[in-house]
Amino acid sequence: MITLTDLTIAEARKGLDAKTFTAAELTDAHIAAMEARADLNAYVLPTPDRAREMAAASDARIAKGKAGAMEGIPIAMKDLFCTDGTRTTAGSKILGNFVPPYESTVSANLWSAGAVLLGKANLDEFAMGSTNQTSAFGDVVNPWTRTDEPTRKLVPGGSSGGSAAAVAGRIALGATGTDTGGSIRQPASFCGIVGLKPTYGRCSRWGIVAFASSLDQAGPMARTVEDVAIMLGAMAGHDPKDSTSAPIAVPDFTAALEQGVKGLKVGIPREYRPEEGLSPEIDAIWTRGMEMLKDAGAEPVDISLPHTKYALATYYIIAPAEASSNLARYDGVRYGLRVLDEGDGLNDMYMKTRGAGFGAEVKRRILIGTYALSAGYYDAYYLKAQKVRSLIARDFKAAFDQGVDVILTPATPSAAFPLDDAPSDPVTMYLNDVFTVPTSLAGLPGLSVPVALTEAGLPQGLQLIGRPFDEETVLRAGRALEKAAAFTATPSLLEG
Amino acid sequence: MSLDKETVRKIAVLARVAVPDDQLDPLAGELSGILNWIEQLGEVDTSDVEPMASVADMTLPWRDDVVTDGGYPERVTANAPDSQDGFYLVPKVVE
Repeated sequence: MITLTDLTIAEARKGLDAKTFTAAELTDAHIAAMEARADLNAYVLPTPDRAREMAAASDARIAKGKAGAMEGIPIAMKDLFCTDGTRTTAGSKILGNFVPPYESTVSANLWSAGAVLLGKANLDEFAMGSTNQTSAFGDVVNPWTRTDEPTRKLVPGGSSGGSAAAVAGRIALGATGTDTGGSIRQPASFCGIVGLKPTYGRCSRWGIVAFASSLDQAGPMARTVEDVAIMLGAMAGHDPKDSTSAPIAVPDFTAALEQGVKGLKVGIPREYRPEEGLSPEIDAIWTRGMEMLKDAGAEPVDISLPHTKYALATYYIIAPAEASSNLARYDGVRYGLRVLDEGDGLNDMYMKTRGAGFGAEVKRRILIGTYALSAGYYDAYYLKAQKVRSLIARDFKAAFDQGVDVILTPATPSAAFPLDDAPSDPVTMYLNDVFTVPTSLAGLPGLSVPVALTEAGLPQGLQLIGRPFDEETVLRAGRALEKAAAFTATPSLLEG
Repeated sequence: MSLDKETVRKIAVLARVAVPDDQLDPLAGELSGILNWIEQLGEVDTSDVEPMASVADMTLPWRDDVVTDGGYPERVTANAPDSQDGFYLVPKVVE
């Protein structure tokens, strides 16, 4: 007897094509599991009726021999993607009961490929956060727990925390995420799944609630590298509605997966062992990952990315600056919350609506961004950050120009931490993104692959970074790492 | 860089975010903490470095200046807190 919710996307596709089970059965199994694990709070809006309709349509297409690449596969959609006729909140109170009259390009692409919507996944408010705790819809619980504290709840990471918990908790076969500074890769590492932030421009941003437009990128989250490759193929592609969407062909990302890493040069950046120290445990896992790739025939190369230490500070000017501009649209006029008292003018309405509708972290970032862009400070903060960003991107280019094919780093500076012990200081919280932000600033593809369990029994991921639009090499190296690591541990929740 | 209460009040008005008086001081502390940490960028020599606005190494595409969508005001205004005859309604502006 197979457990349908334990399958990978690739296995489920085979089973559906072989008619071992139907899309309706696969979806029903997931809906039942979602109900049983509602306490994870991974979904802000389950859509079981829509899921059953979509699964029935998938079964009809499979019967006609017209199955798409994601046909009949039930997935979670991060609630940052606008879904036509289905409430979209961005994890914020300010969007209220916003029901988009249009579909995001990435979600539309997934539906065209046959995917089934299980529901909208929880996230940090406007994707700003690293724990999913800034969501207006409550905390998400990581399906993993520490072996020494089995009852203490852990964060799933963020901002795509609901997506990661859903995939790890076997209540979705895959999920969409978005990544601005690490929002796919960090929760993937915390939840022991695979997550890919593609090259900027690979997936259309149209219809995704905007956070920082020069950094935002949608990507797949799933339980294997192959599944992520299948999903990316369905999500990606040029879209005239996003002027930064790259007009280049989408390869078959699964084709090169098994080619191995023989002869590949793997860069090991020395600056990812920061002065303030890398946890010895994470350092050891990183070294082990490097040895796995070496044993598979790759050649490790010591490289330098000298401006790494400035990436976080650069990011925390650029992202809030862009956010302060993007979030200006939430003003109580066209959609969402409106706070208006008797006798109030237009300005009072703006101030009160935004004061009541945005959470603390979003307000902090809007204020920092507004300050950085304000007269007299623009050059000192924003322009300076844009210049340092150039240097960070140049560091990566130099490494790739010297012949490195892919770069290996830790995905996060620690494993998942307890919900009741998350840092309260914003800057300490921002340090979670120390290894993922440089890649985002340079627009490069970054893949997080679970490699080992820490002493406390928690998953820890490593990150592979590639050249622009070379997701194929990143996925190929990721597959080699996955094979060598043979990471088969499952979340404690599933054993209990 | 340390922000005082009055500066935070001013930024909040620029950003059109109501901040209650009793939150101005704690917010000033948090924002100053973030800005102090960001000061480290001052160490980086950026003379002769071009600012990077986008990683997309491409010329923005052109298209014909024609209407490609629309004609359904009721759908567009369906989510508005207040609307009438295909228009958004806002409080009366008397200056």
